[in-house]
Amino acid sequence: MKVTREDVLRCARLTNLSLTEAEIEPMRQDMETLLSHAESLDSLDLDGVEPMYQGLPLALPRREDVPRPGLSQAEALANAPEAERGYFKVPKVL
Amino acid sequence: MTWEAVIGLEVHVQLLTRTKMFCACENRYGGEPNTRTCPVCLGLPGALPALNAEAVAHALRLGHALHATFRPESRFYRKQYFYPDLPKGYQITQGAVAVVEEGWIEIPGDASVRGAEGPVRIRIERAHLEEDAGKSIHDADPEHTLVDLNRAGVPLLEIVGAPDLRSAQEASDYLKTLHHLVVYLGLSDGNMEEGSLRCDANISLRRQGETRFGTRVEIKNLNSFRYLRQALDYEIQRQRQLLERGELLTQETRGWDAQSGETRSQRSKEAAMDYRYFPEPDLPPLVLSEDEIAHIGGTMAELPATRKQRFQTEYALSPYEAEMLMQTRAFADYFEGLARESGQGKAAANWMLGEVSRTLNERAMGIESLALEPSRLAGLLKLVEGGQLNLNTAKETVFPALLESSDSAQAIVERQGLGQVNDRGAIQALVRSVLEANPQPLAQFRGGKTNLRGFFVGQAMKAGDGKVNPRLLNEVLDACLAEGEGRE
Repeated sequence: MKVTREDVLRCARLTNLSLTEAEIEPMRQDMETLLSHAESLDSLDLDGVEPMYQGLPLALPRREDVPRPGLSQAEALANAPEAERGYFKVPKVL
Repeated sequence: MTWEAVIGLEVHVQLLTRTKMFCACENRYGGEPNTRTCPVCLGLPGALPALNAEAVAHALRLGHALHATFRPESRFYRKQYFYPDLPKGYQITQGAVAVVEEGWIEIPGDASVRGAEGPVRIRIERAHLEEDAGKSIHDADPEHTLVDLNRAGVPLLEIVGAPDLRSAQEASDYLKTLHHLVVYLGLSDGNMEEGSLRCDANISLRRQGETRFGTRVEIKNLNSFRYLRQALDYEIQRQRQLLERGELLTQETRGWDAQSGETRSQRSKEAAMDYRYFPEPDLPPLVLSEDEIAHIGGTMAELPATRKQRFQTEYALSPYEAEMLMQTRAFADYFEGLARESGQGKAAANWMLGEVSRTLNERAMGIESLALEPSRLAGLLKLVEGGQLNLNTAKETVFPALLESSDSAQAIVERQGLGQVNDRGAIQALVRSVLEANPQPLAQFRGGKTNLRGFFVGQAMKAGDGKVNPRLLNEVLDACLAEGEGRE
């Protein structure tokens, strides 16, 4: 399967990765190898086979709607590079 | 050239649960920022989601109310995008494979575009479960955005309507009907100022008679009925002008600017449109049994449309009265309590839409806070019906006294001596004394000024402290006036 330089740049943009110029071509080759490997499944006759979404034959368990204490504000913000008045503080978006 | 507007709404409803969708943090509006979070809703490594059973039950309740079908097995997906108020980097959502599918609600059709009066059915394509994002504050600081994650992970139900609406008025009626339904059923508090119900609209135009759709525009965040109507009316005009000039529309997302009163194109980054959905590996499929679906259906309250119809037939009310009584579930429940205890449906409706509504408006409160139980008010209705109290005294004196005390209507009437005078002899004596005390008006009446009759009624009422049975008073007065004529 063919992967172009543009495909790599687009994926990098969607995943918020900054690739250096030197990383782009090796990444392109890796992606091509991976996708070609996956493509080999297309040679199988899968008519009437349900896609497998999940490895476990398990119905989704449900949790009772009862509150439990979570983290304190200080704990919640503990890993934040910046905080202000109880908020996470991030570079301007919008 | 006649154009037809084709409109479909996507409505996000915050579900009224105690906890968030995938963790046991409290689901509550407001308060100190970042005080209702845990490793799951903060997206900390290794944390795993656990689905809220009540959110699923709410989805099923809505499905029943929408006459929908239920998918025995539905899934969750990851919708991936980067934004600071989405800590995991993806939203867990059911997307197109939803627990509830193919429903409908009925709204009053817009006769100006339908060509005829009458209700129309608007199809619902699906309703799916997903989680809300946190809240970003952009205007507190010119260089930073502040993020509160208390809302991150709050359960949402997205209700995707079919493109069946044909005017801004219909869109507004649809949103109102849906809003009333989810609040009535207790699925959401419906508080639009707090974002509990949010709406996006898709709209395109096509020539009358055309069956294909035109190029559609999505308008985001129409979070009040008025904005929805204004934005759609504006957009219908804008699209029509472009199409009539022979220009092509761009499929795009627009926002409503309430200050300028127009929709504006929102720059959409093409790349951001690719959410790269994939099945959420941490959540197996949501499986529903027939029993569960039926059980939820069987334990639900009577639906608003059914109840409104029943009010009309059971209590002989007009569609308007029934509609007004259905304003909230508590109001409708109070009415039924009053109707049952008093044995009078019509009078109960009159009281609800008259004195009771006026009191609630004056005090700016809901019926839940009214310190007057239906049974005590019913006591008052019975006194009026039984002729022991006249309606004016009931409204002006006894009703306010009921609100201020916990006494029965009977006790108030006895204590204040307000009972209606039904004694024909006593009323005759009263009428005679009034006529005797007013010889001049009486002479004028006899001379042909028959509109003075009202004057005598007023004088007699006053003389009787407003307690005289008005029907008897009128009878006796007419008899006395006629009798006098016969004598002359």
